[in-house]
Amino acid sequence: MKVTVTVNGRKIQEEIECDLLLIDFLRSHGCMSVKRGCETSNCGLCTVMMDGRPVLSCSVLTARADGHTIETLEGLQEEAEEFGAFIADQGAEQCGFCNPGFMMNALALFRENPEPDVDEIKEYLAGNLCRCSGYEGQLRGILNFLEWKKEAKR
Amino acid sequence: MLTIQEYVKAESLEQAYELNQKKTNRIIGGMLWMKMSPLNIKTAIDLSGLGLDQIEETQEEFRIGCMVTLRQLETHPGLEAYTGGSMKESLRHIVGVQFRNLATVGGSIYGRFGFSDVLTEFMALGAEVELFHGGRMPLEEFAKLPYDKDILVGLILKKVPQNSVYLSMRNTRTDFPVLTCAVSRREGMTGAFIGARPGRAVAVYDRAGLLKSGITDAAAREFAAYAAEQTVTGSNKRAQAEYRTHLIRVLTRRACQQLGGETK
Repeated sequence: MKVTVTVNGRKIQEEIECDLLLIDFLRSHGCMSVKRGCETSNCGLCTVMMDGRPVLSCSVLTARADGHTIETLEGLQEEAEEFGAFIADQGAEQCGFCNPGFMMNALALFRENPEPDVDEIKEYLAGNLCRCSGYEGQLRGILNFLEWKKEAKR
Repeated sequence: MLTIQEYVKAESLEQAYELNQKKTNRIIGGMLWMKMSPLNIKTAIDLSGLGLDQIEETQEEFRIGCMVTLRQLETHPGLEAYTGGSMKESLRHIVGVQFRNLATVGGSIYGRFGFSDVLTEFMALGAEVELFHGGRMPLEEFAKLPYDKDILVGLILKKVPQNSVYLSMRNTRTDFPVLTCAVSRREGMTGAFIGARPGRAVAVYDRAGLLKSGITDAAAREFAAYAAEQTVTGSNKRAQAEYRTHLIRVLTRRACQQLGGETK
């Protein structure tokens, strides 16, 4: 079947297999930030934005993405760079494997709720698993980033 | 591994229904659970182009299309207000936001999964299902039926004065629940709705009037014991039947106490 998917602003038209998952489609187009993790829809590693909302690309058919807009970390470099520096400051990226999915979902959180409290952060990011950090460094990084944003506004 | 040979974006419910009559064809919802199955699907039937992804609120009811995502339900202000937060509470522990942006209410309810938070909550709220061929029926009745090849088009939630509280127990955050428990009071009748027994959610009504004179601590304990006695539980790797029965007593009591006896 033929699909048209806009990936990071670039319209891609392609003939695909009906059961091709979005994660495989994106990786075949160079979006290597999209990682395959648990494959049971649990870990959040493969998070991308579909029409601005975070979804698990391991659980969406490319056919379902036909006519939709997809953003991966490759397309959000600028937005991610500022925030990523705060995560790096805390050494919270550790092995780095979960980072792209975590960054994508954190950016989705900031878009939806620019000033989340600690409980809201924990709840929104509950679907992103990290086996290294224990989440504390990431939480500190997020809180510092939000504080910095608030200061910058004043 | 799931394989799909053909993919049809349905142009009408009639077309989807016709296609769905073939044993090897399947309607796909959020596809999160289906993806985990080693199915070989001849034709995947996609309902996403039929405008069934809307929540319509009127003075009398909510009409919820089958393609509405769990996240839409969770963040809908009207549902939040009507359910007093029980809708959000029933959904917010399900995996993560990314998952809930995909999982559809139709997939969750049609599946009648033995671990379902969604089924428990909608049953507690007295929802009706709308089937393309079978018409409307109470969800409580639908939950008892075997699977067939009809299409669940949506859910209807009548706005009757009600109070509801939703609680669940999980061994670890974002995991399947060990037990789900909702207690609601609608039109003068209080009921406990128990899911993840593990098994399809069931209703236990206070027909004996244990809570009729108000929800005191003693009455809540008595009704919770009654609910535990009436509900069949089972064992799996998450918990044993005895533990689940104990949880029914604890969660039903707590939910009753939170319910407080006032309708809004």
